[in-house]
Amino acid sequence: MPRLNGAQIIIRQLERQGVQIVTGIPGGANLPLYDALAASTAIRHVLARHEQGAGFIAQGIARASGQTAVCFATSGPGATNILTALADAYLDSVPLVCITGQVPRALIGTDAFQEVDTYGMSMPITKHNYLVRSAADLLTLIPKAFRLAGSGRPGPVLIDVPKDVQTEVVEFEHWPELCPVNAHRADDPEAIETAAAMINQAARPILYLGGGVIHAGAAAEARHLAEQGAIPTVMTLMGLGILPSDHPLSLGMLGMHAARATNLAMEECDLLIAAGVRFDDRATGRLSGFCPQAKVIHVDIDASEIGKLRSADAGITGDARHAFADLLLQVRQQDRQQWNGRIRQLQQDFPRFDAEDFAPGRPFHLIRRVAELAGPEALISTDVGKHQMWVAQAYPFTFPRQLLTSGGLGTMGFGLPAAIGAALAFPERPVVCFSGDGSLQMNIQELATAVEQQAAVKIVVLNNRSLGLVRQQQRLFYEQHYFASSYGIAVDFAAIARGFGMRAVDLEGADDPDALLQQAMREPGPCLINVPIDIEEEVTPMVPPGAANTTMIGGDHAKN
Amino acid sequence: MPKTEIIAAQEPKNMDTAILRLTVNNHPGVMLQICGLFARRNFNLDGIFCTAIEQGETSCIWLKVDETDKLDQVIKQLVKLEDVLAVAERGDARREISEMEAMLVRCS
Repeated sequence: MPRLNGAQIIIRQLERQGVQIVTGIPGGANLPLYDALAASTAIRHVLARHEQGAGFIAQGIARASGQTAVCFATSGPGATNILTALADAYLDSVPLVCITGQVPRALIGTDAFQEVDTYGMSMPITKHNYLVRSAADLLTLIPKAFRLAGSGRPGPVLIDVPKDVQTEVVEFEHWPELCPVNAHRADDPEAIETAAAMINQAARPILYLGGGVIHAGAAAEARHLAEQGAIPTVMTLMGLGILPSDHPLSLGMLGMHAARATNLAMEECDLLIAAGVRFDDRATGRLSGFCPQAKVIHVDIDASEIGKLRSADAGITGDARHAFADLLLQVRQQDRQQWNGRIRQLQQDFPRFDAEDFAPGRPFHLIRRVAELAGPEALISTDVGKHQMWVAQAYPFTFPRQLLTSGGLGTMGFGLPAAIGAALAFPERPVVCFSGDGSLQMNIQELATAVEQQAAVKIVVLNNRSLGLVRQQQRLFYEQHYFASSYGIAVDFAAIARGFGMRAVDLEGADDPDALLQQAMREPGPCLINVPIDIEEEVTPMVPPGAANTTMIGGDHAKN
Repeated sequence: MPKTEIIAAQEPKNMDTAILRLTVNNHPGVMLQICGLFARRNFNLDGIFCTAIEQGETSCIWLKVDETDKLDQVIKQLVKLEDVLAVAERGDARREISEMEAMLVRCS
């Protein structure tokens, strides 16, 4: 009969779940957990330098692999530090299990040292959370947490474990069964039939695909559906990679920083086939002006998303893979020449790129060059800001889960730790983190983790010495009152990286920047590449916040 | 098994409040989950009454909800909470809820 303490039960349960990596930082209230972890040979611990870093490394593992990832933090500041990563996972539906230490049960509610109400604080930003009241409860609770994190619409689950629950010894008969992840097949043939008929009758349909399609593993089915019906396809930031960027039916990203032709095509569509999307304001612009002529089919595994912001003429509650497979049986093969011709016309009238966008030194040139050097297998993380939007606009994505980016919460500081997580999950793949000088400084301490773990991450810093998107908004919407959006000192990121023991190159003033970039990308191991970017380089076009998507500012084709 | 149930309420469609009965796991924090959901989703909650049932394993919570337009969304969001076991729309209990409200006012 097993006789273990709470901490040992947790670690053993993680092993039984197949967890191979745990990220985190130890502290007073989770030391029993670390003591038990030290005895595990199956689990590798990755010591982050800040709990937010630990949370985002776990996210990188989960986003790149699709598997639930695990992170640890201690009570009090450990817990508050990791909350941002949980909120980020919640908004992008990323499966995480976060286990925090808590002060002993008898001290809860007494304002004890390093006590905060982790349960209360994490409630609105987790899919579910637990404050564990006895070690015996851990037996069933850990498998339940994994089932919850990975089932349906994935998300983070937090388990707060008081220190004396970690040390409490329990004797039990046998290990409980693991909980399988629930399947969520839509069982609504009527809705499928209605939707298929709507698709067959539509003259100008558009597929609108988001992160839910990737979570459902439905990229192949989505592509079949698009091709079978010759349906032009837009993707949200979270959906990039579902169709390869160069697919003839791909219109790229929609919304605030979409290509002009993409947003204009949506204005004309008569049927919107939305799947795994939540009509986020960055994607739709002013909702009343979004696809105003279109009927809506909405496929989502989360019933509350259907009709939340835009009412659906046909709602299918279920995962996108099964819904698409069912639709494919009924959607007619057609070529929709007229509609696709109209879209090609829009794309000719409002070309996405100009030749001069790709001049050396310009952001798109750099991004495409890095893509060439990294190769088609590379995993790409971004931070948040101008560089993120440039990558979304210009990087040649070819497969789902290739892009790891903070979409819903838009967390600066996401990129570096997420890239480390991706490199830990896929050590044989190239991993590139595109960052900015503002974002990188929000989790720069994780350079140490990258070196310590020998995570082969290439960090490309697009350095404009400013908070670029903030500055852009001040220029456009606050009468060029630039305030608190540029940095007064020039930070030597290459020197900082070297200080952490990382190789680094600085393209500033280099005689042959391309040769330097090539060399940095080709050598194995982590490397930081600092690239100066003109502070006036803007992200265009731009839909002003709150405006309809047809109101697009900037770009050389602002003639509509 | 579906978590939601609508008991046909024989009442005018233009009522501006709805009555919901939830069955929830009984542990500290469940009330916070329900109230927190209403607060962060910007739903209006007019009244709440809660008591333990079934030897304390579960509780029933009666909610008077001032959101008839968003009621569908309120119910869908409630159903998503792991500790919420069942949600029923109970227009039929409107009179009892009114009597309870009157009683609470008398008690003060």
